[in-house]
Amino acid sequence: MTADAALLERTWADRPGFAGWLAAVDHKSIGKRFIVTAFCFFVAGGLLAALMRAQLARPDNKLVGPDLYNQLFTMHGSTMMFLFAVPVMEAMAVYLVPLMVGARAIAFPRMNAYAYWIYLFGGLMLYVAFFLKVGPDAGWFSYVPLAGPEYGVGKRSDFWAQLITFTEVSGLLVSIVIITTIFKLRAPGMTLDRLPLFVWAMLVTSFMVLFAMPSVMLASTMLIMDRLVGTQFYNPAAGGDAILWQHLFWFFGHPEVYFIFIPGLGFLSMLISTFSRRPVFGYPAMVLSLVATGFLSFGLWVHHMFATNVPELGKSFFTAMSMMIAIPSAVQIFCWLATLLTGRLNMKTPLLFALGFFFILVIGGLTGVLLGSVPLDLQVHDTYFVVAHLHYVLIGGAVFPLFGAWYYWFPKFTGRLMGERLGRWNFWLFFVGFNVAFWPMHHLGLQGMPRRVYTYSAEMGWGTLNLISTLGAFTIAASVLLFVINAVTSLRRGTPASANPWGAGTLEWATASPPPSCNFVELPVVRARDPLWDPAAEPGSPRRVQGLAEDTREVLVTTLMEARPDHRMASPAPTPWPFWSAVATAVMFVGSIFTPWAVVWGSIPIAIAVIAWFWPTRAETRKSLEREKQPALP
Amino acid sequence: MIGHALHDALDAAGPQAGHIVHLWWLTVAICTAVFAAVMAALVVALKRAPRAQAGDPPDVSSLTRAEPTLFRAVTAAVAASAVLLMVLLVASIATDRAIASLPGEGALHIEVTGHQWWWAVHYDDAQLDRVFDTANEIHVPVGRPVIVSLESADVIHSFWVPNLHGKKDLIPGHTTSISLRADKPGIYRGQCAEFCGLQHAFMAFEVVASPPAEYEAWAQAQRRPAAEPSDAQAQHGKELFMSGTCMLCHAIDGTTAGARMAPNLTHVASRRTLAAGTLENTPQNLAAWILDPQKAKPGAQMPAHPLDGSDLGALVAYLETLK
Repeated sequence: MTADAALLERTWADRPGFAGWLAAVDHKSIGKRFIVTAFCFFVAGGLLAALMRAQLARPDNKLVGPDLYNQLFTMHGSTMMFLFAVPVMEAMAVYLVPLMVGARAIAFPRMNAYAYWIYLFGGLMLYVAFFLKVGPDAGWFSYVPLAGPEYGVGKRSDFWAQLITFTEVSGLLVSIVIITTIFKLRAPGMTLDRLPLFVWAMLVTSFMVLFAMPSVMLASTMLIMDRLVGTQFYNPAAGGDAILWQHLFWFFGHPEVYFIFIPGLGFLSMLISTFSRRPVFGYPAMVLSLVATGFLSFGLWVHHMFATNVPELGKSFFTAMSMMIAIPSAVQIFCWLATLLTGRLNMKTPLLFALGFFFILVIGGLTGVLLGSVPLDLQVHDTYFVVAHLHYVLIGGAVFPLFGAWYYWFPKFTGRLMGERLGRWNFWLFFVGFNVAFWPMHHLGLQGMPRRVYTYSAEMGWGTLNLISTLGAFTIAASVLLFVINAVTSLRRGTPASANPWGAGTLEWATASPPPSCNFVELPVVRARDPLWDPAAEPGSPRRVQGLAEDTREVLVTTLMEARPDHRMASPAPTPWPFWSAVATAVMFVGSIFTPWAVVWGSIPIAIAVIAWFWPTRAETRKSLEREKQPALP
Repeated sequence: MIGHALHDALDAAGPQAGHIVHLWWLTVAICTAVFAAVMAALVVALKRAPRAQAGDPPDVSSLTRAEPTLFRAVTAAVAASAVLLMVLLVASIATDRAIASLPGEGALHIEVTGHQWWWAVHYDDAQLDRVFDTANEIHVPVGRPVIVSLESADVIHSFWVPNLHGKKDLIPGHTTSISLRADKPGIYRGQCAEFCGLQHAFMAFEVVASPPAEYEAWAQAQRRPAAEPSDAQAQHGKELFMSGTCMLCHAIDGTTAGARMAPNLTHVASRRTLAAGTLENTPQNLAAWILDPQKAKPGAQMPAHPLDGSDLGALVAYLETLK
């Protein structure tokens, strides 16, 4: 019996029209929206940065005053960390993980849709506040007491704290969705040691989110309460403590860097393997390194606080941890070098971005070792040296791999390849612009230029390096513009892509580009780490899953370790209720900035929307009962 | 000249910054070597590996055949990284111990309180008549250890004189301290390094390190209360100061002005800068500052004083007597 592609499409497609668009639950629709939204925030955050660089291009510049400048860098940091870097990795995972593990759908598709809407509304709230001149201005880290009720007057820091609430809810839900998809919806035969490395990276990342986010959730909730209802968690005059904020924030904040970086490592493993035409060298070492990085990243947070009162022994411990985390990253870098060395290279744009990673991230990693050392950190902490370091790590470690990933998976997303020529221009402009923009900042930091200053006087002698840096920043902007042009033109006129245009080995390339609504018309059975490169395909034995219903949304649940078929499960149909639940939640969150009573009254519409979301329909119940009695065996 | 103050983390003028500079160069040397090695490996890989197309069959021989040479190379590289990190760790901890153990005998005690956006400086002494207050300018004797206690009156600030030492935060509700020693005479610029609001950019100060005798002469002058102005214009200025809003925030020792909300002005004319390192201390700048502080330092806590020309001249003349 062969699968009926048309019937499957009817079963799994989202509904048409605008109402259908709001009701979409297909992880590919949600994933694409998620990616585009995150990219828009990346551009917005970049424009804010361009404005800051314009202001700093010359000493005593009057382009931007201190009030706006403080909002600019707070918005830039918050946007890039909370609205771009973390969500975009989740977004890529939402699109790719179900395809990579060979699943018909993502786990909890409605919750996934809800997480997207919550994220979108949180981001919109922040930008509406910014355009109404109540953008947060206490830094993306919002240290108290500057962000507290006494010094952070107005509603600015409340918007920031509420942005955190939105991001937390969205991030935690997506993590649950991804972990469940990876653990329970893998294709039969995809044992844990056959997981693609990007999927491993997202598994580690998602667990890190689950453990790190509650810390900032606690911190920001206490901040909101201090500001809104007069608690005194951070007020030293009333027995509170300003340092408490820093511990809670960085206990989340440092792992956060790694849940931006680890998916980047996952992308690289996929890119390097495909474009070296061989599996990555040292798969077990790669997996263990990802897991080790995940664990170690929870032991570094105090290196953001070396200038506070930290005991000597404590400082030594955190120095040792900060240096130790370089080892798993080094393992991966050496394994990739070994892969490149013994591979045959297909020099396309995605590989260029992967190679750019080596140059930039290694510099960022080494300056990171330097920042882990207490004495050196005491000098360069909170200077432009750190600004240089963090951009080398985050742009080198996450954004370069991400751009590579976009060039790589664009044909899967859209069915068309991106232009190679523009791609090369995009890469080289980005690479050169990046180094011109950020390398001088190392020197500025050593010359004493602190972070977060809206201007500096000419006597300081920082003018030339800042001007160079600004020119580099504009070069980056030009390269991102090229990327947008490339994406838009390729969308219409790009070379049509086959199912597997790069000759890759993982399952997402086993289905059409773009994939049908059901992901795989014929659900695969996996026997190798790179199923499409599997040399030992035994003829005769079943290569695909049989027995899943085609006229109803059914997914195959497999066991956690061995991915043996376990049971069939109904996957929920499209519904607009996640959207309305997110609207109700957003109203409650935003309302609670102005009155604590919003939490009480706002929960009523949420309850109504969620009840409607989970309301069972007779037709669905009847269908599942029938299926339970009579399995659809061939 | 404001511009002459030094601010460079790699130009050490004291033992702590000196230790850090040594560690810096060791770390930079090791990191550069590692970076060069990784880049060399990458270049070799790019040169040696043949080129391929997407359609070429993948090489999956590694799935069935061990790659002992690669395994040894990667293991050796990881081991080398671990050893180098260990070297850096030991050097870092040794340096940390060295800078934390500055001998404190005969140390000068100074209390610095951070305010949005200026520094109150209090010279402590066992003898009460030797205690005095100043602001935004710290004088220290060369060769003598200085223990600076740090407190904050409002938000978190960070005390940083790159030529002398790393940073230490000023945290409301906590007292921290930092020990320094300047071994070379000079003027070292310091700066708030923790974002503290609108004028974080212009919350600077200066450390003036001078030979002990010169320092002692300065301290002696600072201990004296403000002298009574002799000419009529300055006398009028003093009346303006005492009858207007100035004394609500500022203190001038030896007069009835004793508020601590703003910098102590007892010897303001002896200082090199105005408004926490924002302006050079000249009568013109002082007059402009009094007229409209928001112009030079938008957001500063000091309000504008739209005085007419003669009153402004008198006030500046009085303040200029406070040497």
